[in-house]
Amino acid sequence: MTALLNVKNIDKSFGRLNANKNISFDVASGEIVAILGENGAGKTTLMNIIFGHYVADSGLINFNGNELKAGDTKAAIDAGIGMVHQHFTLAENLTVLENILVGTQPLYQPRLSERKAKEKLKYLAAEFGLELSPQQLVRNLSVGEKQRLEILKTLFGDCKLLILDEPTASLTPQEVKTLFISIRKMVASGLGVILISHKLNEILEISNRIIVLRSGEVVGKVKTKNADKTQLGEMIVGRKINRPIRKENSFKEARIQLFQLSTKSGNGLAALKNVDLEVRGGEIIGVAGVAGNGQKALAEVLTGHNKPNSGKIFVNGKNLFGKTPSDFMNSGVAYIPEDRNADGIIGDMSVWENIILTESKNLKFFNKKGILNIKNSHELANSVCQKNDVRCQSIEQSARLLSGGNIQKLLIGKWLERKPSVIVACQPSRGLDEGAISAVHKTLLSERKKSTAIILISEDLDELLLLADKIVVLFNGKLSQFIENSNLNPNKLGLMMAGDGF
Amino acid sequence: MILDLLELLFNAGFWAATIRIACPLLLATLGELICERAGVLNLGIEGIMTIGALVGWTTVYLGGDLSTGILVAAIVGASFGLLHAFFSVYLGASQHVTGIGITLFASSIGYYSFRLLLPSSTTPPKIMAFQPLEIPFFSDIPFLGIALFQHTAFTYFAFLMIPAVFWLMNKTPLGLSIKVAGENPMALEAQGLDVLFVRTIALMLGSALMALGGAYLTMSAFDAFYFGMVNGRGWIAIALVIFASWQPFRVMLGAILFAGLDAFQVRAQQLAGAFIAYQFFLMLPYLLSIVAMVFAARSTYYPRALLIPFRRGERH
Amino acid sequence: MRLEAREHTPLWLPWIAILSSGLITLIFAAILIMVAGASPVTGFYELYKGAFGSKNSIAETGATATPLIFTGLAAAIAFRARFWNIGAEGQLYIGALAATYFGTGLVVFSPLVMVPFLLLTGFLFGALALLPMVLLRQFLKVDEVVTTLLMNFVIILLVSYLLEGPWKDPYSLGWPQASPVIDQGVLPQIIPRTRLHLGFAIAITMAFLVWYIQSKTSFGFSSRAVGFNPSTAKHSGISVTKTMIGVAVLSGGIAGLAGVSEVAGLKGYLTLDLSPGFGYTGIAVAMLGNLHPIGVIFSAIFIAIIYVGAGAMSRAIEVPTYLADVIVASTILTVLVSLILIRYRIMLRGKF
Repeated sequence: MTALLNVKNIDKSFGRLNANKNISFDVASGEIVAILGENGAGKTTLMNIIFGHYVADSGLINFNGNELKAGDTKAAIDAGIGMVHQHFTLAENLTVLENILVGTQPLYQPRLSERKAKEKLKYLAAEFGLELSPQQLVRNLSVGEKQRLEILKTLFGDCKLLILDEPTASLTPQEVKTLFISIRKMVASGLGVILISHKLNEILEISNRIIVLRSGEVVGKVKTKNADKTQLGEMIVGRKINRPIRKENSFKEARIQLFQLSTKSGNGLAALKNVDLEVRGGEIIGVAGVAGNGQKALAEVLTGHNKPNSGKIFVNGKNLFGKTPSDFMNSGVAYIPEDRNADGIIGDMSVWENIILTESKNLKFFNKKGILNIKNSHELANSVCQKNDVRCQSIEQSARLLSGGNIQKLLIGKWLERKPSVIVACQPSRGLDEGAISAVHKTLLSERKKSTAIILISEDLDELLLLADKIVVLFNGKLSQFIENSNLNPNKLGLMMAGDGF
Repeated sequence: MILDLLELLFNAGFWAATIRIACPLLLATLGELICERAGVLNLGIEGIMTIGALVGWTTVYLGGDLSTGILVAAIVGASFGLLHAFFSVYLGASQHVTGIGITLFASSIGYYSFRLLLPSSTTPPKIMAFQPLEIPFFSDIPFLGIALFQHTAFTYFAFLMIPAVFWLMNKTPLGLSIKVAGENPMALEAQGLDVLFVRTIALMLGSALMALGGAYLTMSAFDAFYFGMVNGRGWIAIALVIFASWQPFRVMLGAILFAGLDAFQVRAQQLAGAFIAYQFFLMLPYLLSIVAMVFAARSTYYPRALLIPFRRGERH
Repeated sequence: MRLEAREHTPLWLPWIAILSSGLITLIFAAILIMVAGASPVTGFYELYKGAFGSKNSIAETGATATPLIFTGLAAAIAFRARFWNIGAEGQLYIGALAATYFGTGLVVFSPLVMVPFLLLTGFLFGALALLPMVLLRQFLKVDEVVTTLLMNFVIILLVSYLLEGPWKDPYSLGWPQASPVIDQGVLPQIIPRTRLHLGFAIAITMAFLVWYIQSKTSFGFSSRAVGFNPSTAKHSGISVTKTMIGVAVLSGGIAGLAGVSEVAGLKGYLTLDLSPGFGYTGIAVAMLGNLHPIGVIFSAIFIAIIYVGAGAMSRAIEVPTYLADVIVASTILTVLVSLILIRYRIMLRGKF
């Protein structure tokens, strides 16, 4: 087989960070190459270089026998490279057809031709099992359908190499199966595919070859049929993976209870429907489910950010129905939001200001007249950074300069200073490297030991299995029965996440 | 008195005035629409209208013909759009501050040049502005003839811009790219297009239309340039874009509605001026714009990327 | 061309950037003077003489800086919290209306009570004028830029109605102006027999007060947090709506003080041309002062020098007075660039 894509000695650094070090590999037509590595290993940077978003500091990329012009997305697309980004790049208020057409015709052509495009779309949809109605508005599509549209966009441009960045991140196991069927059909028709993922099982199932990246370097290339799961896992992290262990714990009285709670949909949130939930002290309840089924609404109801329509909500025995976020905070609820950069920190403020952000009503930091006590604030900031191993040059540094792991440690650390009795954590380890993930997990387990009630909302089944005492599934705004961690069957869980039993 | 007002609706002159008043609003609102659909709020509109009014008029005053005046106004408008783009698109500066800065800059530099040109004139000089066209047969139809068919060429041009902008936005690759730039710039980038370039083009096109809206004032509605003659029309246009849910044909509806109220207000002043001071009638368009914004504020059509600067290579 | 976020901003950079934007503006002004056929050197000399040449001109500069400090503070407070109050012009007039309503004989106190009383009413009325706009923004998501801008026109028409109608001074010989403020309410002169009045001292005191509030109190802290990232602020238990209302009250109120100070300090009575756009110029003042209250004092004085000096200059070398407005407007734009350069490095070539 001749190589379709040939990547030679790619180097790329951002400031002092070496994102890619001397990376070489190739991909042939008709094969699936998986690129494996943890967050920050340099996978996405590498793909962005191939796709022309970034320019490599040195190195060469040959595609289809020709050298690819560096830093030119248009050239990459024209040569036949298609990329499906992890975060969809779709215009929500436009139709499926418009999303496909953009960029495919000369900008100053006086008329957009649609008919031929529709025919081609029909053909592609039938050929690869990617059915979509061209006139539908994108905002009405499900996550799976949006991904289908993303793939159709690349196929429409006659791509020869398809790059898929974490394509299964928010799909149900069943949707993943359909996706893999489509991918196999494309490969059979001669396409080369690069699949970026950190999910070992999926990669072992579908790829032909695996390339492992760690800290910007290729640390392993194996044929999938010779690969061994544990060995791959260690290759990714560079050492033995050391997961904390959840020990037996005694549960205390209920800390937070929801009875028949419902919310309105709107603001991009799904509605919750008659949700019952009880979490005791010392217990971790895992909430599983595919993104968009009410996770955010649930987290916001539990923290006072979303006012429920009906039902009851008790925190430590106190009825907090209709109360404000600050009432929830004062009753002992801590909230680790899903998007820590948008909702957790203020990048333009310093580390110490971020730490006392939650203390604007605490007399220790702002006296009765509202005057700031700088000494106490700095003391708290220094102690949070020390206790939680937040690495920063000084507490005066802007928070936006911290790494994702340090931001998360800072965030969790400052909430723990409030001695919460309930922690609502959303996707707490998403996007973190292995070291930060185990730090977060250890912290959550040690809070569990201190009899804090923890609600862990996560799309990562491994994380839930590791930490949660009991798991519930959220589907279309409804909660399932509790399932004890010990008798959990991943296959059944997958079916429930797709709506089975609701 | 109420009967008098009702009679107004059957008065051809009232409708002719409505159409005249609608034109500058129409052009400016369509211009703002293009900018906003690309994701850029153009608050430079008030100043760009002022400079458009001035250069259109000046060109004719200095001996150019009317169509050259229109062309010059459009080009100057587009260059202020480019200036806006330099700040708000390429540097990613706050669109609010950029727009206010452009408005103050365009109007002050306009007034400065006007004073340089005419150092000491108390009554502004007049030009030979666009004249109403006599269209054989149509102009003579009773009622409709006066209401619709005795307007200037500039008026018809303004109304032609509605289907033109509709075509641009819905039937051309450029319009599609503009919409995607305002919805999700990453989608444009992923298809190999330059977001900054597309937004710049939209700002230039939109600002050219705004300048024409200003030029209409000095070249068709009136025949001279007065200080402060744009008088908040740009801000009203911004309210109208929201009112029209970013749809070209609804812009026409909104502009005519507002112009109708304005024309009505003038008549009502004559009828009720004895009881109510004229200032309260003059307040109406501004207050109604605020009311229109309140009712249209939660529209689902607003471009998702409006007000958000796009920076290449920034991690999203 | 692309921008790359700076990891470290040297302490001197903001000030150098702001100073150089002032310099670029002056170069631009020099070009405009040359276009008008005059010499920039003479022009700037006349400008200097006009602003500093005598005790009177210095006092005049201070008197012009006074309303600009107020409106600059109003803009700086609001912009810091990303609340785009472009309505300081209208709020100024509302403050002036309050001073006229209460200060022309409706109530009479001794000067020690009367002056603070007028300032307080001006503040309250200015704040009330902005309050509906912040409520519309927080509860109905109505863009405050357009509403505050449109209200400027409405308020000025209201003033026009009052001055031509019910509030018209019968002794004004037909001019549309209101009755003068009673003696007890007049802000005394700081330098005798000049136009520099107590308002200047009040404005500077306000700037320090705002600086203290912003940097040392929980309200200032919250308003900064809300400005940078309302979502995080909300997640930290800060009420965004309450904070925004506080910001609007402070911003509108201080703009209202500008009106009181002009009516009771400078003119003595309300006219329709009380403000030649101080509300809009306040935006330039705030930008040039880096949205910092103490910076506002200096930038207001700088822009007052331009205004007073440019007035004298245009009389001396026959350049249109609008030059001052051009300088102010270009200040906004050049400062905007320098603020970007403080946070980002511009790379002319290359991409990521």
